Amino acid sequence: MSMGDRPYKIVIGLEVHVQLLTESKLFCGCSTKFGAPPNTQTCPVCIGMPGVLPVMNRKAFELAVKTGLALNGEIARFSKWDRKNYYYPDLPKGYQISQYDLPICRGGYLDIPAEDGEGTRRIGIIRVHLEEDAGKSMHDEKAGRADSRIDLNRAGTPLLEIVTKPDLHSPTEAKTFLTELKLLLNYLEVSDCNMQEGSLRVDANINLHIPTDDGGHVATPIVEVKNMNSFRAVERALTYEAQRQYEAFLETGHKLGDVPKQTRGWDEDAQITRPQRSKEESSDYRYFPEPDLVPVTITEEELERIRATLGELPAEIRRRLQTTYQITAYDSDVIVNQGRAFVDYYCRLAQGCGDGKMAANWVQQDVLRTLNERQWTIAQFPVSADNLAELLRKVRAGELDTAKARMVFAEMVEQRCSAAEAVQRLGIVQVDEGELRRLCEELVAANPRVVAEVKAGKDKAIGSLVGQAKKRNPNVNPARVKEICLELIQRQA
Amino acid sequence: MTLTRQEIEKVAFLARLILTPEELDEMTGQLGRVLEYMALLNEVDTEGVEPLAHAVEFANVFREDHVEKSLDREVALANAPHRDDECYLVPAVLGDV
Repeated sequence: MSMGDRPYKIVIGLEVHVQLLTESKLFCGCSTKFGAPPNTQTCPVCIGMPGVLPVMNRKAFELAVKTGLALNGEIARFSKWDRKNYYYPDLPKGYQISQYDLPICRGGYLDIPAEDGEGTRRIGIIRVHLEEDAGKSMHDEKAGRADSRIDLNRAGTPLLEIVTKPDLHSPTEAKTFLTELKLLLNYLEVSDCNMQEGSLRVDANINLHIPTDDGGHVATPIVEVKNMNSFRAVERALTYEAQRQYEAFLETGHKLGDVPKQTRGWDEDAQITRPQRSKEESSDYRYFPEPDLVPVTITEEELERIRATLGELPAEIRRRLQTTYQITAYDSDVIVNQGRAFVDYYCRLAQGCGDGKMAANWVQQDVLRTLNERQWTIAQFPVSADNLAELLRKVRAGELDTAKARMVFAEMVEQRCSAAEAVQRLGIVQVDEGELRRLCEELVAANPRVVAEVKAGKDKAIGSLVGQAKKRNPNVNPARVKEICLELIQRQA
Repeated sequence: MTLTRQEIEKVAFLARLILTPEELDEMTGQLGRVLEYMALLNEVDTEGVEPLAHAVEFANVFREDHVEKSLDREVALANAPHRDDECYLVPAVLGDV
């Protein structure tokens, strides 16, 4: 991996937490719905009352297995639960139920688009495990309150923690990884990965390898960066942090192992990372097996049943679109990023109109623009792929030029009708080929000067004939008029 | 196997217990004796025995993903030492949240 313009190599590993798309919490039946009034989605289990027993949510387990399989990991045939002990006001039990030594999935990888646009880079996954979320603490500094307010609605919500190997070598690559992971989890229907609602959170471990004269390198102390609230913030925070570490190294000479691991928080307003107080003096969480939950085992049959629900994943779909419909990597990327329903729409359109490239242009420009303008999903889009294919076939057959096709498209969206009906509504009459030829012959005969110019090599002059034709009959296809006139003029020569 | 006073201090800190010097001495002795007793287990030959993940030899107890009724907020907050209309109140949490 190149260092680019930097005098050092960046080494980044990510810890991503995603909220699973379950209806209810990990160990109790409280709703996981976002946005409810504080403390209205809690029960004795998730607020840690004595004497209660957690019971595992089957769906959460299956979603975790599904993710592990999609990340090409090894699914544990036997996994168990552990208590991670620490005191924090948003953690009512004084421990978090997590997985320590037997996570649901170990190993695996995710292939991400390479930075140079050529091929892919394989990013290793260390582990994927399930755990419960904590509550939320709110402190209103402006009100000058002495107290923090605790909302436990989120406590006990199922989270999947995905830990990567330190395989990422630039802040941009970290962002690309997150984008690809989010797309994958969306396709799997494992998580909506909505960062605003906290259903995707990411921490990063970063340090530098600085080359030494003997051809080796020194490593700077590893820093954990937290508090990054968007993928762009991740990119910016890591760019800042890498440069900060380089400057700190030049100043202090501290190497990995010289100082304890530091935690820093990204300050979005100041665009810098600042040192944070860590939760424990040491990271002594005194993990021990959770006595209230029994272990989980999975058979080969169950694994295969879950594997069968994966469906076609983003990387495979991109490849398929490129080979089947002859479209570019860029086009396939845009289409796949819109989600499975959009891909299905595109494929049906491409098959129906018989031109993958043309279909790709139409969905990316006209369809996507309309969806964005109207805030629609593809499922709400009133023009079916079959109806749009009918329109594109008319364009391919020369019955409509692109400008007219756009008008017809707009009419189809407004009237929720077929292409034929929209053509009729707009009063677009298909001009008979014989009639068109007669019109062109008349124009060529009546405009000797234009004809002379064209013969002299000024092809542009033909525009005047096209203009006159449109005036005489607004329904003519300008491209066809141009073709016929040129043909007639050339025949005269 | 005995415990040092420093280890007891650390465990007390992690458990958020404030112990007097006398209590620290007492705990060092008591906890040390508990560990010594448990160390008896080390005499058992466990060669070839699978580690036990749970005392009950049982696995896969699941519930289906259905939402059940939660507590009324008033009930949930009833035992809180400090609260307002919506939330538990705790001493200010600042810094990394």
